[in-house]
Amino acid sequence: MGRAGTEPDLELDDLDRRLLDDFQRDFPLAPAPYAVLAERLGCTEEEVLRRLARLRDLGAVSRIGAVIRPNTVGASCLAAIEVPAERLEEVAAIVNAYPQVNHNYEREHRLNLWFVVAADDANERRRVLDDIAARTGLEVIDLPMECDYRLDLGFPLSWG
Amino acid sequence: MGLSDRDQDLIAALAEGLPTSPRPFDEIGRRVGLSEAEVIARLERLRDAGIISRFGVIVRHHELGYRANAMAVWDVPDALVDSLGKAMRCEPDVTLCYRRVRRPPVWPYNLFCMIHGRDRRAVSLTVRELSRRYGLDDYPHEVLFSRRRFKQRGAAYGRDRLQDRRSEPGTEGARP
Repeated sequence: MGRAGTEPDLELDDLDRRLLDDFQRDFPLAPAPYAVLAERLGCTEEEVLRRLARLRDLGAVSRIGAVIRPNTVGASCLAAIEVPAERLEEVAAIVNAYPQVNHNYEREHRLNLWFVVAADDANERRRVLDDIAARTGLEVIDLPMECDYRLDLGFPLSWG
Repeated sequence: MGLSDRDQDLIAALAEGLPTSPRPFDEIGRRVGLSEAEVIARLERLRDAGIISRFGVIVRHHELGYRANAMAVWDVPDALVDSLGKAMRCEPDVTLCYRRVRRPPVWPYNLFCMIHGRDRRAVSLTVRELSRRYGLDDYPHEVLFSRRRFKQRGAAYGRDRLQDRRSEPGTEGARP
């Protein structure tokens, strides 16, 4: 799978865990935010930066950034395709190649490829979905969101 | 709240993440022609307005030992879906909860929950428990476990806005 350190479980100490847990929502919007983290964690800013870089290299941290509420900026949509088993990798690669696609998973279902298109507007979204259908020769089922019940508030980690 | 072009530039510049350097907002500002103070003020405003639903460390479940994830879906009556969604969103095991359009006959489901767990059994138990607690047992439903992850990253809105685009972040390898 090409990413070192993902198997078996990562070796993380308390400081790593607090970096992963404590700042999912309340990251300081301040000129030197990593110094603020360091102060709260009781370590140096260099230590925070070094550890975050490592956690990112290990894949535990995707990024530090903004989660945009769906459809406030741009136009996103979940979509699914029923892909014949022998074409799954080929079709997944076609879908992956679109910069507008940010998630793409194989799932256990007749509709076995599920992906999210996040486009700048509804026209672009339509164009990407149509293009994927044309290039794969497969029907693309689009499932636009009608209501988002749960804001993304981060992911509480349990270290049991 | 409307989004100015500058706000959209800023969101686009952040798509690959905040730099891990001592003055990251200054660095982001340089890419879009804003001062550090303006970057911070705009981000605060976007966060307060709910356009940024959170700003912070975004973790990847699989790498942290949450090896199983499933999309649990139900076909519930339109009259009930909103009250169910609003109740289920408070469940700690439900990571995301949406109502989506149905596409019958291929896709009859309208209520979606994403559930992450350490293994398949834990996720199945959670789904069963949710179904029981919210009286969903009698509605058509399915649980779609993920098998392989072909790509996972943040949305990259405004790709054409940035002149100094770096290469697209690499796609990530197999496994859910």
